[in-house]
Amino acid sequence: MSESADSPEASAEDNRRSFLARLSVIVSSVIGAAITLPGIGFVLAPVFKREPGKWQRLGKVDSYDVGKTVSVEFKNASVREWAGVTALTGAWLRRVSQEEFIAFSINCRHLGCPVNWIEDASLFMCPCHGGVYYSDGDVAAGPPPEPLARYQVRVRKGFVEIETSPVPLTTNDQV
Amino acid sequence: MMIAQIWKWIDDRSGYSDVVKPMLEHIVPSDARWWYVFGSATLCAFIVQVLSGIALAMVYVPGGDAAYESLKYITNDATMGYMVRGMHYYGATAMVMLAVIHMTQVFLHASYKYPREMNWMSGVVLLFVVLGMAFTGQLLRWDANGVWSVMVASEMAGRVPFIGAYIAHFLLGGETVGGSTLSRFFAIHVFILPGLIFAGIGLHMWLILRHGISEMPKVDQPVDPETYKEKYEARLEKTGVPFWPVAMWRDVLFSAAMVAVILFCSLFLGPPTLGPPPDPAYIHANPMPDWYFWWYFAVLSMLPPELETYVILGMPVLGLVILFILPLLSNRGHRVPSKRPWAVGTVIFGATAFVVLTIYGYRKPWSPDFAVKPLPANLVNSNDPHIQKGAQLVHDKGCLYCHNIDGHGGFRGPVLTYIGDRLDRGELVIRITNGGYNMPSFAASLSAEEMQEIVDFLLTRTEPKPVDAK
Repeated sequence: MSESADSPEASAEDNRRSFLARLSVIVSSVIGAAITLPGIGFVLAPVFKREPGKWQRLGKVDSYDVGKTVSVEFKNASVREWAGVTALTGAWLRRVSQEEFIAFSINCRHLGCPVNWIEDASLFMCPCHGGVYYSDGDVAAGPPPEPLARYQVRVRKGFVEIETSPVPLTTNDQV
Repeated sequence: MMIAQIWKWIDDRSGYSDVVKPMLEHIVPSDARWWYVFGSATLCAFIVQVLSGIALAMVYVPGGDAAYESLKYITNDATMGYMVRGMHYYGATAMVMLAVIHMTQVFLHASYKYPREMNWMSGVVLLFVVLGMAFTGQLLRWDANGVWSVMVASEMAGRVPFIGAYIAHFLLGGETVGGSTLSRFFAIHVFILPGLIFAGIGLHMWLILRHGISEMPKVDQPVDPETYKEKYEARLEKTGVPFWPVAMWRDVLFSAAMVAVILFCSLFLGPPTLGPPPDPAYIHANPMPDWYFWWYFAVLSMLPPELETYVILGMPVLGLVILFILPLLSNRGHRVPSKRPWAVGTVIFGATAFVVLTIYGYRKPWSPDFAVKPLPANLVNSNDPHIQKGAQLVHDKGCLYCHNIDGHGGFRGPVLTYIGDRLDRGELVIRITNGGYNMPSFAASLSAEEMQEIVDFLLTRTEPKPVDAK
């Protein structure tokens, strides 16, 4: 038998102590949760928020030559007032025919570096780890696991418009 | 008299003589000589980082729109800003280097064995936090390189199974690199990771006091947990010396030399130059990490794609786990390097791999060499316009970005200097048309005539035959 059973006073004291210990632990946990949870919610919020795509105007249809692939810049969807130049995103835009345009993401699907369009070779090449894509965005060589991501493009009132979307992370199936 | 009384009051209330002084004067083995200066020098480098970092934070603006401009101001206009930025940069280099050297020394002398397992484990965690500091710090430079490094970092994080995309979005503070991204990295770099380092250093130092500094290993003193502590205490009693000032002067001298080197570099070499502004639409950036990560860059370039995700995620995790549990796998037995050939071999292999991969990562254009010029006429060495056209096409069609001819061009593909000896016309046409392992197919982008010209030029690339001495 334990000692506490021998003396009722000691037992009462033990009970009191363990109650106070438990009380302190529980109340401390409540304090901890109250302090940290709002901050965690604040920090994690952008992870679960999905920005809706937005159509951004590029240039006049006639300013693009048929068959040419050029780099274009536009503001991305989730722009913050203080983003400065980092609010911009680039894309490779090709005028396929009179009315048809294709836009490729500049981000290599390997690790996201900016791909370059090499006109004479009709290839997109990445400067980082040797990723190469054909003119239709399919992987030609190197480590990229997937073809270049594409943006939606349309022609409205004589202007080319592009639909913004998240940076195409290779794991991001939203694109 | 007055001063003596004030000191007595401070001493009594603070406990300097009772607590702090005995710590400073704790007895250490007398053979703890120059081998032992790297740990304290790492700490000193950290102090350099804290002080220069606080100074920088007083001017630096951690916002996507202004960070670059504030860095330009710090570098070009602020009084001594050039030097403070330099100190922070070279201090980081010193801290990474010294932490690795300190760790190598501890590993070679097996000081991680009983009873100092936790010293080692806390050190391993500190090392990874320091590398995290180095990486996030590079992003805070927020030039084109910094912005693209964020992309690469989130892509790597995005490879984690199931939750990868969430981690990536957490790092970016949204779905794209933008206004929120830099502030996140700033908070991680100046609050979260330094907090971890302070806590880690506290634990690391406490453990040193608790278990004492290890002696230089001796062949006749293998570690036996049953008897180690008594023998160590007995030896300390006989031959130990107080840390302050008998052993500490070497640490102080070495740290002073290190600080002198940091100051010298920041004055005469200056901080790293800022790249072009951080425009994510600027597609001609060529992202490169700071030098201590070049080896990893080379590894990523050379890996077969199917292994890549495993290496990107597995190598850091596996590295951390193996290093972390090392003292649990072996915490007794010999400490002398001469009795531990595997340990010595590991260090030599690791150091060699690091040096070789670093040189490769720096020197080789693993990726396409965009800057390559057309082949000079004397190299083409032909009056035939057909051949000359072929040589021009080899440049224009991007062959030279990856292939090298007589020292011109990239190294991604095989060297073509003597390709005419290795492949015949038919084989060349098939290779160029179909592509192959890591080479694009050019079927769609070459006319029959262009193909002819390229192949004819390539067939002229043969090893010069020795002139017959008939």
